[in-house]
Amino acid sequence: MNGMVQSPMLPDLYKVQLVRRETDDTFTLELGPTAGRQPFRFSAGQFNMLYVHGIGEVPISISGDPGRPGMLVHTTRAVGAVTRAMRTLKKGDTLGVRGPFGIGWPVEEAVGHDVLVVAGGIGLAPLRPTIYQLIANRDRYGKVVILYGTRTPADILFRKEVEAWRARLDIEVYVTVDRATEGWHGNVGVVTRLIPKAPFDRTRTVAMICGPEIMMRFTALELEKRGVGTDHIYLSMERNMKCGIGLCGHCQCGSTFICKDGPVFRYDAIQGLLSQREI
Amino acid sequence: MNDATRDCRERVSVDPPALQHIIDTLREDGYRVIGPVLGNGAIVYDDVQSTDQLPAGHTDRQMPGSYRLLPDASGAWFGYAASPSSWKRFCYPPVTTLWRATRQGSGFELVAETEDAPPLALLGVRACDIVALQIHDRVLLQGPHADPVYRRHRERAFVVAVQCGEPGGTCFCASMGTGPRADGGFDLALTEIVDPDRHYFVVEVGTDRGRAVLGRVSTRPASAAEMDAADAVVANAAGRMGRTVATEGLPARLAVNVEHPRWDRVGERCLTCGNCTMVCPTCFCTTIDDHTDLSGAHASRVRTWDSCFNLDFSYIHGGSVRPSPYARYRQWLTHKFSTWVDQFGTFGCVGCGRCITWCPVGIDVTEEVRVLAGDLSADLPAAD
Amino acid sequence: MHTLEPILAEHPFLKGLKQEHLELLTGCASNIRFDAGAFVFRQGQEANHFYILRDGKVAVELFAPQKGAVAIDTYGEGDVLGWSWLIPPYHWRFDARAIEPTRAIALDAKCMRTKCENDHDLGYELMKRFAKIIEQRLDATRWQLLDVYGVRA
Repeated sequence: MNGMVQSPMLPDLYKVQLVRRETDDTFTLELGPTAGRQPFRFSAGQFNMLYVHGIGEVPISISGDPGRPGMLVHTTRAVGAVTRAMRTLKKGDTLGVRGPFGIGWPVEEAVGHDVLVVAGGIGLAPLRPTIYQLIANRDRYGKVVILYGTRTPADILFRKEVEAWRARLDIEVYVTVDRATEGWHGNVGVVTRLIPKAPFDRTRTVAMICGPEIMMRFTALELEKRGVGTDHIYLSMERNMKCGIGLCGHCQCGSTFICKDGPVFRYDAIQGLLSQREI
Repeated sequence: MNDATRDCRERVSVDPPALQHIIDTLREDGYRVIGPVLGNGAIVYDDVQSTDQLPAGHTDRQMPGSYRLLPDASGAWFGYAASPSSWKRFCYPPVTTLWRATRQGSGFELVAETEDAPPLALLGVRACDIVALQIHDRVLLQGPHADPVYRRHRERAFVVAVQCGEPGGTCFCASMGTGPRADGGFDLALTEIVDPDRHYFVVEVGTDRGRAVLGRVSTRPASAAEMDAADAVVANAAGRMGRTVATEGLPARLAVNVEHPRWDRVGERCLTCGNCTMVCPTCFCTTIDDHTDLSGAHASRVRTWDSCFNLDFSYIHGGSVRPSPYARYRQWLTHKFSTWVDQFGTFGCVGCGRCITWCPVGIDVTEEVRVLAGDLSADLPAAD
Repeated sequence: MHTLEPILAEHPFLKGLKQEHLELLTGCASNIRFDAGAFVFRQGQEANHFYILRDGKVAVELFAPQKGAVAIDTYGEGDVLGWSWLIPPYHWRFDARAIEPTRAIALDAKCMRTKCENDHDLGYELMKRFAKIIEQRLDATRWQLLDVYGVRA
């Protein structure tokens, strides 16, 4: 009896259209489907498992526009064997894609509210699809405020886009760096310092935070102190993943599987986990 | 278990030769029969063609960190407790190739791995291990994504259960509500009765498929005395469990004790060797490795069993999320007895006791649970 | 001087002060303006004022040879700048420079210190508020030090 093992572990093949350097260690991959495939539909905050032939597979957030499904865009840091290999790909090379996986940002639930987007470092990449959606449906939301903190001015991701968002009359954007370099005349300090400036109504705001875990923790605490309900704050958690589909067990954090119960979580659901060591 | 269920299920009696006929019938139907045999100084599960291979005349004595094969004068074929290897390795193989890729120009082509394995007939599955298979069904088949490898093996697997008469020193299935009696999840269930003058099996039919196989061997209706004897075997076993666990409110009690000092104590003993996860019938964690040949032209993706005790099991940039041994032990224990309930609606532990037996330093999970679920006064047991 | 009282009364930093204390403070207060690029204070100078910023942006800087002036913190509208006036020997430990045109209320330090010595209740009220500011600065500094965005290979 011959059996074909159809498997959610089998990648679809996509072709590299573009590899763009964003900062020293961060790059963006734009992929198009191989012939005959449907355009890729995803929700803001979801991720794909990307496979480089012969090297391996890693989870990468989708950083493109859900409203433009023809092009599949990912932004990541080059920190390991797979992502370093990815950075050297050329137009026309093939990449394996499995996904989209995970629960994304509450773009629908935030309708009718002020929206506070707080990004730290590479955390702006998984939030960019949300920002695109907020802009595309601007009249469905109240105030939209983006706070972005990163290490140094050279590490500001998507700088031209950030400046374009800032130039809009209907979005407030504040950027800060942990460390200034010569010629920087913007804000210096941790991203929570920007919160007092942000003109959001704490009684009707949905906050979406993405960045290193420590940054998300102290940002969520600060927002909580300022009266934003813990059921109105959302974080995107991260763990290593092997399968991306809730079967290999690696991404567990408490009782959650980050790949299928997250990566976006409401703060009140995981508040306890964040303060426990080695959990 | 209720009397109505028991009485409704058809029961027949067979003599020992019928078991060989059952094995033959299954093999005729193309099944690969796996059953208990002697191997490596223990009773393990392997291919079986003849009842001569069954471990008659042997039993096991299991204690924390200890497994001994002992002679058994009764002559019972199934007179032992949990085997070191569970049935997990058959439906959920330790190493599985998922697909292969070949370079084509600037791209590559992927081909899913096909399999020609015959269906499995599992002979001698105890209640605890049946529940373990059912737990795997829930984890591996009922989530948003199912595992096709497991599904393929499991759907076709024929289960011959054995009602437990000989609980081991580390068993606690009664506490976990998983045994010693198997109430379902089998095609046929055997209760072995070894009297001074008679050796026979009472066989329960669990499915139509089981009935069909049984119909091809010679059986007789089970007498009332035989059925009573079969019931007594299991009732007897329920009273002789080696260990207990108080499961009332256990998930919540463990959840509030995340910082209990006992974790440090057990962490000092635990070697993070992962034996417990290897012998556990419900552990399901795997890792994925992408292999390639030297030329880079051929690649494959292989799935292998993994263990949360490995240092690099869970990490983010900058290192392991659980560098300390106590944290990895805590992850495993709280998963089995607490978070598994949130995830899948049941405990992850079936009380088979294998982890207690096969822990090289003899950590007893029932003892740890007793302390960690709230009894602050309990100290470490005396040194082994 | 009395025109500044309502502005001070509204400021969250001074919320809850008794009327008499507010009046004492107002007596030490004056308006001040800095052009973009102008120093608000210099490292080593006597700390003769603290500032409540009304608008603009001020960078706290340290000048290091070969690095030039490194901004370690920026302050804007509503922020309170300077606590060296409270702690002997009352010298600024960093530079502060307006990087945009900045308006502020300057509170005379000697005036404030005298009033606090004479009225310990006023002193305690101010200490409580400045302790909070120092705590916030310390937290923020520690988080900045952690280099959370850094790549650990």
